[in-house]
Amino acid sequence: MHNKTITDLAKGLRSQEFSSVELTQAYLKRIKKHTDLNCYITFTEEQALKSAQQADKQLSSGKTSLLTGIPIAQKDIFCTQDVKTTCGSKMLDTFIAPYNATVIEKFNLAGAVMLGKLNMDEFAMGSSNETSFYGAVKNPWQTDSVPGGSSGGSAVAVSARLAVAVTGTDTGGSIRQPASLCGITGLKPTYGRVSRYGMIAFASSLDQGGPMARSAEDAAILLQTMAGFDEKDSTSVDKDVPDYSTGLNNSIEGLKIGLPKEFFNEGLNNDIANTIETAVSEYKKLGAEVKEVSLPNMKLAIPAYYVIASAECSANLSRFDGVRFGYRCDNPADLNDLYIRSRGEAFGSEVKRRILMGTYALSAGYYDAYYIKAQKIRRLIADDFKQALSEVDILMGPVSPTTAFGIGEKTNDPIEMYLADIYTIAVNLAGLPAMSIPAGFVENKPVGLHVIGNYFTEDKLLNIAHKYQQVTNWHLQTPKGFE
Amino acid sequence: MNLSADEVKKIAYLARLGINDNDIDAYASELSNMLDLMTQMSDTNTDAIQPMAHPMDQTQRFRADIASEKNQRQNFQSIAPQIENGLYLVPKVLD
Repeated sequence: MHNKTITDLAKGLRSQEFSSVELTQAYLKRIKKHTDLNCYITFTEEQALKSAQQADKQLSSGKTSLLTGIPIAQKDIFCTQDVKTTCGSKMLDTFIAPYNATVIEKFNLAGAVMLGKLNMDEFAMGSSNETSFYGAVKNPWQTDSVPGGSSGGSAVAVSARLAVAVTGTDTGGSIRQPASLCGITGLKPTYGRVSRYGMIAFASSLDQGGPMARSAEDAAILLQTMAGFDEKDSTSVDKDVPDYSTGLNNSIEGLKIGLPKEFFNEGLNNDIANTIETAVSEYKKLGAEVKEVSLPNMKLAIPAYYVIASAECSANLSRFDGVRFGYRCDNPADLNDLYIRSRGEAFGSEVKRRILMGTYALSAGYYDAYYIKAQKIRRLIADDFKQALSEVDILMGPVSPTTAFGIGEKTNDPIEMYLADIYTIAVNLAGLPAMSIPAGFVENKPVGLHVIGNYFTEDKLLNIAHKYQQVTNWHLQTPKGFE
Repeated sequence: MNLSADEVKKIAYLARLGINDNDIDAYASELSNMLDLMTQMSDTNTDAIQPMAHPMDQTQRFRADIASEKNQRQNFQSIAPQIENGLYLVPKVLD
């Protein structure tokens, strides 16, 4: 049951081959068997079974969606009413969200069953899931390796078949990099496509929620539910949502693929470069044309990103003050002590580092040199993408310069960790949609192909990914012990 | 660029962020490394470039100034660390 697609499960539920309660129980059993992976922070067993019963009733009454009765899980960054929402932090260890994020509301309306909340880097700051207050998550392909981050728990849940599909969020690569490292399909939509309301903010001009699933076909179903204008999110874009499933099988004959030469630089592992080349040649067989393009300002993406993301994080995280919600220190001497100790005791070191960096970049005398400068560089980077995407239809390259690295291997060097996102962060700065698609293995660890499209072309990206998944079976591989 | 321990303490205070004395030197060195990385931006001339805040250059959307939320005071206070008579409790600010 745990290897079926959403479409097959939906058929099974309708033909009464199994009920949603049975399907949910099967997943709960698997989750309990594999708690050592640490991909869930909270199980919502009781609630899941209740929603499954309700879904079974709906299924017999006929008013349903494709997701009715399908067990999914949510990154613990989305506020879920009456359910603990931690964002991977001690700061929110006891936080019971008083309302639902728009994304959660939409899944509830669709009748999806929530199995639980997924582990993540603290406040989504990290590329390995090691900054979580709830501990590191293990990569099911090699359990002494990281799953990537920040949506590490999400990627592992799909990869180890501990949820049918899940949500993630991507500020600098947090959907695509863990998807790549865990061998699943992840899509970061165009900025403004999916509502950020109730999604705990890290860097508001970059954050975007999206689906993580085994296949493009499943991801399309999730995105259909998640996408759309939301008046509760002031940066949401008011634009019609196309049908993401109908065009999946469209021919990609004549598709113009651009390979940015800066994506194949000296930092890229050779075997990964070969894997990407093989994937691209598969597209050639499907009728695509390939040419080299250039993103000349790519090298500035990391510095610009870490200024903008840190600055926005320092502003967003100022809401955690020990007064209205979240952690509060014991016996504060005065108001300043309350703020300083509550924040000092409850934030982890990576979050602190970024708050300090952001506060510095925004402080008097430095604002123009760092924040404004980074925003100008951001435009140069977005313009590079515009130019490249005027020459070709989409861009392809690696998602990550390496495969999954060892747990603890990069924790002592923050900058080395930041370089794990070297190919993904420029896309967030530009606000473009992009995917990671399973494209092979290097030393038994998955490698993802990065596909970047123009604004609001998620349907095209899903089509391109689906066509590849029709002629390859990388996305169907299951880690040993989780078959 | 080198940040001193005193500068780190000053920034931490601006952010109202408690950091252990033992960690200050490590933060100073890590932040200095990050600043070195960031100074790479200064080699690129951006005098004629407009800063970009929204990927689609969309401006902030406004709504009519009418109450759209119902009062959820009790609901929101139920998750506060310390309240009394419907008020959030903090240490005394004025003597």
